[in-house]
Amino acid sequence: MTEATTIAVGQETHVAEASEGGARSLASDAWRQLKKNPIFWVSVVLIAIFVLMAAVPQLFTSTDPTEAVLKDARMRPNADAWFGRDIQGYDIYARTIYGARASILVGVFTTLGTVILGSALGIIAGFSGGWADTLVSRITDIFLAIPLLLGGILFMATFPNNADSPYIVVVLKVVLALTILGWPSLTRLMRSSVMQVKPNDYVQAARALGASPWRIIRSHILPNAMAPVIVVATINLGVYISVEATLSFLGIGLTPPAISWGVSISDALVALRTTPHILLFPSLFLSLTVLAFIMLGDAVRDAFDPKTR
Amino acid sequence: MTTTESSSVAATRGEARRQATADSVYKPKDGLLLEVDDLFVEFHTDDGVAKAINGVSFDLYQGETLAILGESGSGKSVTAQAVMGILDMPPARITGGQVRYCGQDLLTMPDEQRRKTRGPEISMVFQDALSSLNPVFPVGWQIAEMFRQHRGMNKSDAFERAIKLMQRVQIPAAKERVKAYPHQFSGGMRQRIMIAMAIALDPAVLIADEPTTALDVTVQAQIMGLLQELQEERQMGLILITHDLGVVADVADKIAVMYAGRIVERADVYDLYRQPAHPYTKGLLESIPRLDLKGQNLAAIGGLPPNLMRIPPGCAFNPRCRYAQPLCTQDRPELREVLPSREAACHFSEEVLNG
Repeated sequence: MTEATTIAVGQETHVAEASEGGARSLASDAWRQLKKNPIFWVSVVLIAIFVLMAAVPQLFTSTDPTEAVLKDARMRPNADAWFGRDIQGYDIYARTIYGARASILVGVFTTLGTVILGSALGIIAGFSGGWADTLVSRITDIFLAIPLLLGGILFMATFPNNADSPYIVVVLKVVLALTILGWPSLTRLMRSSVMQVKPNDYVQAARALGASPWRIIRSHILPNAMAPVIVVATINLGVYISVEATLSFLGIGLTPPAISWGVSISDALVALRTTPHILLFPSLFLSLTVLAFIMLGDAVRDAFDPKTR
Repeated sequence: MTTTESSSVAATRGEARRQATADSVYKPKDGLLLEVDDLFVEFHTDDGVAKAINGVSFDLYQGETLAILGESGSGKSVTAQAVMGILDMPPARITGGQVRYCGQDLLTMPDEQRRKTRGPEISMVFQDALSSLNPVFPVGWQIAEMFRQHRGMNKSDAFERAIKLMQRVQIPAAKERVKAYPHQFSGGMRQRIMIAMAIALDPAVLIADEPTTALDVTVQAQIMGLLQELQEERQMGLILITHDLGVVADVADKIAVMYAGRIVERADVYDLYRQPAHPYTKGLLESIPRLDLKGQNLAAIGGLPPNLMRIPPGCAFNPRCRYAQPLCTQDRPELREVLPSREAACHFSEEVLNG
């Protein structure tokens, strides 16, 4: 073989390799990893079902969740009402299906809000240090001192819902209240995580090789610091749904006629000893949702850590 | 390495260099790349001010290898970081001096302009290759990132170049391993990757901060050989920071010995090894274990390096020096020419030179 052909062949393989290899980044590698993980698929299927339930509840039930059949109140599960009927004679199955919307909206949006706000502030504090760190840390301390539930009650009592408030406004109000109170724990976590990653040699090396601060944060700090935040955020998602339930239970979160798992759970508590099935179904759905998101968080975290591959 | 690979590498290299010099506003004058002039660095801590560097000066020319030698805490790494501009300030503070690259003072340059010199003009290899690569990205991605970031290349071109660079630093099966993660490589291979990243943009100056400390002896020799080869091929100015006299002997042209933040001796490598002019250098050379003196006590330098917050008055080395006289505790010796092209900071260099 002459040298010219060797070069040509060599270059061809380079190009072929490179075009395949070039497409790979952290995200696409993580995706390849995720695809192989059964836990990921279980959680995705569950979440898809719940999201579909929230978006188009009519697909799952044709029963009107606001139709109260008082004579059948507290009826046990039967062929007519699969999950039985609650104290008001509502169909529990329909109520549970329709309740997904509020709970998932509150859980997902509060988690998104706290993750975005909390991580951004945590990165600023941890990365820049100095007065910015002091400022953010003290504000974090102040907000951490307010208990989530008490703060939620205060917020909802200060800005009460009117009877004619649109549904989405009520939900967003709860989301806002929980975001304002929920970000500090994530800020703290992100700050400490960033401070752990920052002194690593690869961050120094990136600086020495001319990376801009923004690039250092994006490619070096964030991917290495986000694992604990992902885990805690997904666990928190369940907490937010249950706090929403508690606020609803206290009558200041989502209030009837709004339907949510929180409202259903709080209604069921009255009759816990005699008819536990009224509590069982909304709680089961709530737990499954939280479990699905936690499993998703776990799978995502593992996928972004190359050492688990 | 086969002819095919080296010719294709040489082609890309030539292209990169042409591009670099065409774009570059930095042109070395008479081969003079870097001048460090009377540099002072302090660290402000709760316990007081640590004077890490106290008036360091040196020059670096194209194609030259300068070894900065010193024990832990002598200020050699801080010097490197100050030159690179990656000192954490605070606690560090540069209290005096200039670092000129091709005649332009880097210390007074705007941050953004200075950042752009890192990589294409001045670059650095770190001590611990185990931790100086980002664990979450494939190594090829990290090398390619250099091209994408500074040269604006697209992904596949950058990846192609990354593979060539990996071949250039002699990583076996580079094409297959380009997608592997840092933890899948051995220490020596990781250091090669770090070197590939550092030379990716054809820097004029490469600083290697103890590049072989974390590696075993056989790999050390390979890495030093590679650095030397690359330096000759690209006519880089290489600053080699080390505490290991054995490492520098083969590679360096000039040596600067540092003690307590000052250069105490500066000489060509052979002169220094043959006939040290400073008691500290002499002590260092004597403390190398020798096979022909087996069974005897090792001639170590007694005492400890000074606390940088309380550097003794006069010559910083005087408490440990066997040539010390009362003069040494009062008057600090400046670096002076003791023989042609040799400098030492000692009142009694002549005595040291004569044994």
